[in-house]
Amino acid sequence: MKQLSRRSWLGLAGLSSFTGGSVLLSRQVASNRGQSSEGQLLTHVGGGMGTVGRVSTDQFNPAEFLRTWNFSNLAPTERSMFYRETPRADGSLLREYEIFSVDREIEIAPGIFFPAWTYNGQVPGPTMRATEGDRIRVKFVNQGSHPHTIHFHGWHPPAMDGSRPDQEVLPGESFVYEFDAEPFGVHLYHCHAAPLKRHIHKGLYGVFIVDPRDTERPPADELVMVMNSFDTNFDTENEVYAVNTVANFYLHEPIDVRVGRLIRVFLVNITEFDQLNSFHLHGMFFDVYRTGTRMISTEHTDTIMLCQGERAILETTFRYPGDYMFHAHQSEFAELGWMGLFKAQV
Amino acid sequence: MKLDDEGKSDQGQTTKIAHWLMALFPLILLVCLVGFIVWSEPGNTIRGDRFPVTRITFQSVDLSSDGIVVTVLNDGPDPVTIAQVQVDEAFWSFTSDSGQVLKHLGRATLTIPYPWVEGDAHVVRVVTSTGVTFDHEIAVAVETPRPGMRYFFAFTLIGVYVGVIPVAIGLLWFPLVSKLSRTGFDFLLALTIGLLLFLLVDTGHEGFEVALLLPESFQGVVLFVFGALGAFVSLEMLASWLRSKRRITSDDSHGSGWVMALMVAIGIGLHNFGEGLAIGAAFALGEAALGSVLIIGFTLHNTTEGLAILAPLARERIRAMDLIRLGLIGGIPTIGGAWLGGFVYSPVWSVLFLAIGAGAIAQVVLQISRQMVSAQPTSRYLANVPAIAGLFAGFGIMYVTGMFVG
Repeated sequence: MKQLSRRSWLGLAGLSSFTGGSVLLSRQVASNRGQSSEGQLLTHVGGGMGTVGRVSTDQFNPAEFLRTWNFSNLAPTERSMFYRETPRADGSLLREYEIFSVDREIEIAPGIFFPAWTYNGQVPGPTMRATEGDRIRVKFVNQGSHPHTIHFHGWHPPAMDGSRPDQEVLPGESFVYEFDAEPFGVHLYHCHAAPLKRHIHKGLYGVFIVDPRDTERPPADELVMVMNSFDTNFDTENEVYAVNTVANFYLHEPIDVRVGRLIRVFLVNITEFDQLNSFHLHGMFFDVYRTGTRMISTEHTDTIMLCQGERAILETTFRYPGDYMFHAHQSEFAELGWMGLFKAQV
Repeated sequence: MKLDDEGKSDQGQTTKIAHWLMALFPLILLVCLVGFIVWSEPGNTIRGDRFPVTRITFQSVDLSSDGIVVTVLNDGPDPVTIAQVQVDEAFWSFTSDSGQVLKHLGRATLTIPYPWVEGDAHVVRVVTSTGVTFDHEIAVAVETPRPGMRYFFAFTLIGVYVGVIPVAIGLLWFPLVSKLSRTGFDFLLALTIGLLLFLLVDTGHEGFEVALLLPESFQGVVLFVFGALGAFVSLEMLASWLRSKRRITSDDSHGSGWVMALMVAIGIGLHNFGEGLAIGAAFALGEAALGSVLIIGFTLHNTTEGLAILAPLARERIRAMDLIRLGLIGGIPTIGGAWLGGFVYSPVWSVLFLAIGAGAIAQVVLQISRQMVSAQPTSRYLANVPAIAGLFAGFGIMYVTGMFVG
C-alpha cells in the first residue's frame, strides 16, 4: 500500500475545512454526493462482473470435457491409439491407456495464457473410467521438459505408486502403470514428482472413475467437474479459479440439462495453494456420496466443501426449467472465474 | 587583396563543409549500428527463448459514476497485451480506448464499470496475456474532481488556506522584526535558514519519492536533480540581474534586503506551487482522506514562510503595499499548483515542480547565508550563539509543526 504523503494529507485537510470543518472527509463528501445527480447513478453501475471475451475451444473444450471419458470424444480409429478394451476370462476388462506428458501453453481465461504441463495436451488430463475389478494398464511417456509421474488414488502395490524419487519418469522415458481398479468411487490421478506443488498446479492431474461391479448406479446424465486454479504470476496465490480450467466458461456456455432427469456430478478438487474449495448450487439440493465409495448418500445439501484431493459424487434432479447458477461458495474464487450456469430445459 | 579574400572565403566554405561532415560521420555510423542491433538482436543469444519483459505502470486513476478509469503505460521494452482486469480479486469487464496491445511507452485508458465504494480501499489489477499482474491500490476511494466550479472554488480555497493566509500572517511580524537588535536580527536570519533547510530536505524527500514512482523510462531522479539545478542557476541569474537593476535606479528605500526578500518570496512561491500540485494530485490519484486538524497544522507550518520573507527586510524601510506584494508572490502559486495538480495531474510534472521548488529554496538559503556571513569567515560566524540558536529554533519549529501534518 502506498503511504499517503504529508502533502496529500494537506490537500484533504484543505477541503474538509472549506466545508465547515467536519472531521471526516469521507462523511463530508458523501453528503455532497447526496446532492449531486452523478452520485446517485453510481449504484446503478455494476453489471460488468466476469471476464471479457471468449476462450478459443480449438485446443480444449470444457463443454465436451464434461461428458467425455476413456477418449469417447475421439473417432474410433483415433481413439484406439489412446484407449483399448480387451475382455478377460473373469468377465472384467483389460483397459489400456496411452498417456503422455507434454508442455503446452493453455488459455485459462480469455487472452490469459498459462505455460502448463499437461497429460495428453489438456488440463485436466483425460478422464479414465473403469469398472471395479478391471485391470488398468497405463503406458506413460514423458515428452515434457521435467521428470513426471502418474500417481493414482486407489488400491495398488507400492511399485505402481509413482511417487518416490526413483519412480520419476525422466524426459524421453516411459513407464507402464498396471493395477486393478479398486475401490469403486470417484478418484483422481496426478503427477507426484517433486516439487509436488508446482507439478500439480502446472496442470498434471485428471479424474479416475471406478464404477461399482455388483450394483449399478441408476442411469443419469453424468458430468465430470474438476475444481482447479492457476497461479499465473507464480506468487503461490491463484489469479484464476475455474471448474474444468477455463474461467467463467459455463457462465457463457451454460451446461444443458433436462428437467426431471437425474444428474450425477463427479466432483474433484485439485485446487492448489488454497486449502479448500466448495461447490454450491442455486435453487436446488443434492445428495452427496463422499469419494463415491458407498451407495448410500450421507448428506443432503446445497453446498459441499472439499479439501485438496478430496472428491464426491453429487446427485440431483432439476425440478424447474431455467438457469441455475453454481459456483464456489468462497466468493473470491467465484469472482475469479469459478462460476457457471446450468440451463435446465423440459 | 580582393581575390585573396575570396580565396579565403572559398577555403572557409570547404572547411565548413568538412567540419559538418566530420560532425555527421560518427552520427551516421551510430544510425547504422542501431539499425544493425535492431536487425540482429544480439541480446537474444543471451535471453534464449526471449521471454518478454512486461512492465506496466499506472499513470492515473479516475473514480466517477461510470466506475474506475485507469490510464496505464507500458514502460517495458516489449509489447504487452492486457488480457483481463480484476478489481478487488474479481474479474471485471473493461473497455480500452486503444486496444489491448501496448507497444513500448504505449498508453491505454481502461474503463472499468466497477461499483466502487466511497471511503473504501480498492485494488485494480491488470492481468497480461502471460498471466503477469500489475496492481494499483486506491487507498481511500473518493470521486475524482471534475474541472467544475465547485472544485475550482475548493482548490482555490485550499490554496488560500495553505499558501496565502499563513504567509500573510507571518508578515504581520514586520513591525516587531524592524525593531530587532543586531543579535535579534542574526537570530532571525539563522532561524529563516533553519526553516528553509527543513523545507529543502522535505521537498527533496518528496521529490525523490515521486521520482521513484515514475516509470523507469522517465528517469525521475535525474529529472529531479537537474530540475533543481536548473532552477538554482536560473534564480541566481535573476537575483544578480535584480541587484544590478537596483544599483542603477539607486532607490534608497530598496536595498539589497529588498532583493533578497523578493528572492525568498519567489523561492517560497515556487515551493508552494509544488505543494499545491501535490494537493491536487492527491485527488487526481484517487488518494483522498480524512482529517481537518491537519489544516491547522499546515497553517502553523506555513506561517513561518511569511517570517522567512520578511527577515531580510528587518533593516529596510518598506511600504505596506510592497509587503503585500511579497506575500502574494509567496502564497498565490499554491492556488495555481492546486488547480494544475487537481485537473491535469501528471507525476512527471510533479517531480519537475518539486525539483524547481527545491532549487529555489537552495538558492534562497545560499543568498541569506551570504548576507549573514558577509565579510567575516564562515567559521567565526557559525560560532555565533544567536546564529546557532536561530538555526536550531528554525529546525525545531518546522519539526514540531510538521508533526501536525505527518
